[in-house]
Amino acid sequence: MSVIVKTERLRVEYPNRESRNGPKVALAGLDLQVNAGEVFGFLGPNGAGKTTTMNVLLGFVPPSSGTASLFGIDVRQPIARQRIGYLPENTYYYKFLTAEELLRFYARIFGLNGAEADKRIAELLKLVELEHAGKRQIKTYSKGMQQRVGLAQALINNPELLILDEPTSGLDPLGRMKVRQIIQRLKAEGKTVFFSSHELGEVETVCDRVAIVRQGELRVQGRVSDLVQQHNCDLEKIFLKIVGYEINALP
Amino acid sequence: MNTIFALAGVVIKDLYRRKDFYVLFVLTALLTLLAGSTTFFEDKRISGYLKELCLALIWLATLVIALTTAARQIPAERESRTIFPLLAKPVTRWQVVVGKFLGSWLAVGVAVITFYLFLGAVTAARDHSWPVAQYFQAAWLHWMMLGVVVAMAMLGSVLFSAPSVNVTISFIVVGGILMVGQHLHKVALRLTEPAQTLLTLLYFCIPHLEWAFNYRDLLLFEQPLISWGVMAGATGYWIAYMFAFLIAAWLVFRRKSLSVG
Ligand SMILES: Nc1ncnc2c1ncn2[C@@H]1O[C@H](COP(=O)(O)OP(=O)(O)OP(=O)(O)O)[C@@H](O)[C@H]1O
Ligand SMILES: [Mg+2]
Repeated sequence: MSVIVKTERLRVEYPNRESRNGPKVALAGLDLQVNAGEVFGFLGPNGAGKTTTMNVLLGFVPPSSGTASLFGIDVRQPIARQRIGYLPENTYYYKFLTAEELLRFYARIFGLNGAEADKRIAELLKLVELEHAGKRQIKTYSKGMQQRVGLAQALINNPELLILDEPTSGLDPLGRMKVRQIIQRLKAEGKTVFFSSHELGEVETVCDRVAIVRQGELRVQGRVSDLVQQHNCDLEKIFLKIVGYEINALP
Repeated sequence: MNTIFALAGVVIKDLYRRKDFYVLFVLTALLTLLAGSTTFFEDKRISGYLKELCLALIWLATLVIALTTAARQIPAERESRTIFPLLAKPVTRWQVVVGKFLGSWLAVGVAVITFYLFLGAVTAARDHSWPVAQYFQAAWLHWMMLGVVVAMAMLGSVLFSAPSVNVTISFIVVGGILMVGQHLHKVALRLTEPAQTLLTLLYFCIPHLEWAFNYRDLLLFEQPLISWGVMAGATGYWIAYMFAFLIAAWLVFRRKSLSVG
């Protein structure tokens, strides 16, 4: 079983100009491991450090200490990103391009040109159900449509690993279900999916394993089925317990 | 290379889908047409003066286009956060810097060609002669010089967080070089040490953009052509500066943390 995503004692500090308490610690020595073929749910309350972890994996933010690697390649090397797809937390794309143009642009970066690219773009637009809007500029899209363009661009290179930051946020129930189906389909194709979410029910149904972080530290990591058995309650209750709510206070 | 061209293509698409670019373009074309086609003035001096005015306009317009286009690129990517899905692909930051530079420079090149063709056609209609080689040399030198301006603005765009600050500073620097660049060493002679050495050093370090500006004479006074060897030398000189500025921009950009909090 090969390891796809690995972080070791990963620490990230953001400079903090306003406060005298020194830098803001976003990650405090995080150890994470995602294996090939897994759907891995990355959970934690707001500000726990989920996006920061992904930012490190994608090379946007340098680690203050510790290491991070994708496919065994240090994330500081751009080649580590050859086989991944990424959906940012909030989607932002070139608004003046059409979805087709945007996807063609990203395809070119992966050396995909001409008929091959056209075929891939048509497939993806169909997958995310935007085939009728492909020739419209992205600025005319609704939020959910932009989110789906985001998913399409993340899949342009037929990646081995998908890093999705809250892929279902802003989608309607049908849209969420579609995203779940896409994730399950990717899993069936043998891809690895690493995603963050606040939708615990959803996570429970699609994930093999989860990690829960809090204040930049890993609190729990394990198989969903094991955790549920061990704690004898559902994922939502486990989550609440871990982030510090009094479980007895719950109805 | 494919990535760099893809990036440049996006810059150009952005430009021609924006309206502000057209405003500047149409405005200058109109002014050139107005000034260049004035046939009321039989006096050679006045028509020469008008031509000079047109060239000055073209210079100003291309400088504004070059600076505003180049200065906006990387900050806009960060502000609209399009930089994230982009850099999540196997794209290096060097490719981003060069692709954005190339797109801006090519766009500016289109503006330069259009303006010179326009001016040439307008004056040719009046004078019944079109010194094509002179126009080519003048336009080429102009475009090369703008490459340095674009590269400089790219460096500014990663140094200063606000694009407006960058445009203002770049505009002052470029304007300063155009106006006093060639006299710096003469000024230096009148100063005491260490100011003299510093200013002389500065004279040798700055890109001498005014050199291209002075070659407007090619068009104004129908001067003999510059030798092609000198053209090649000047081209090499400016390309070296473009590289220097781009490398500096990359060195700064490479270390930038891109998180927006
Ligand atoms: N650029 C930044 N500068 C300073 N602090 C930051 C910056 N980005 C994030 N932080 C801080 O780092 C911590 C982790 O933030 P992060 O965005 O990783 O959280 P998250 O788990 O993704 O939260 P959410 O669920 O709200 O998306 C937070 O306390 C946040 O305030
Ligand atoms: Mg987040």
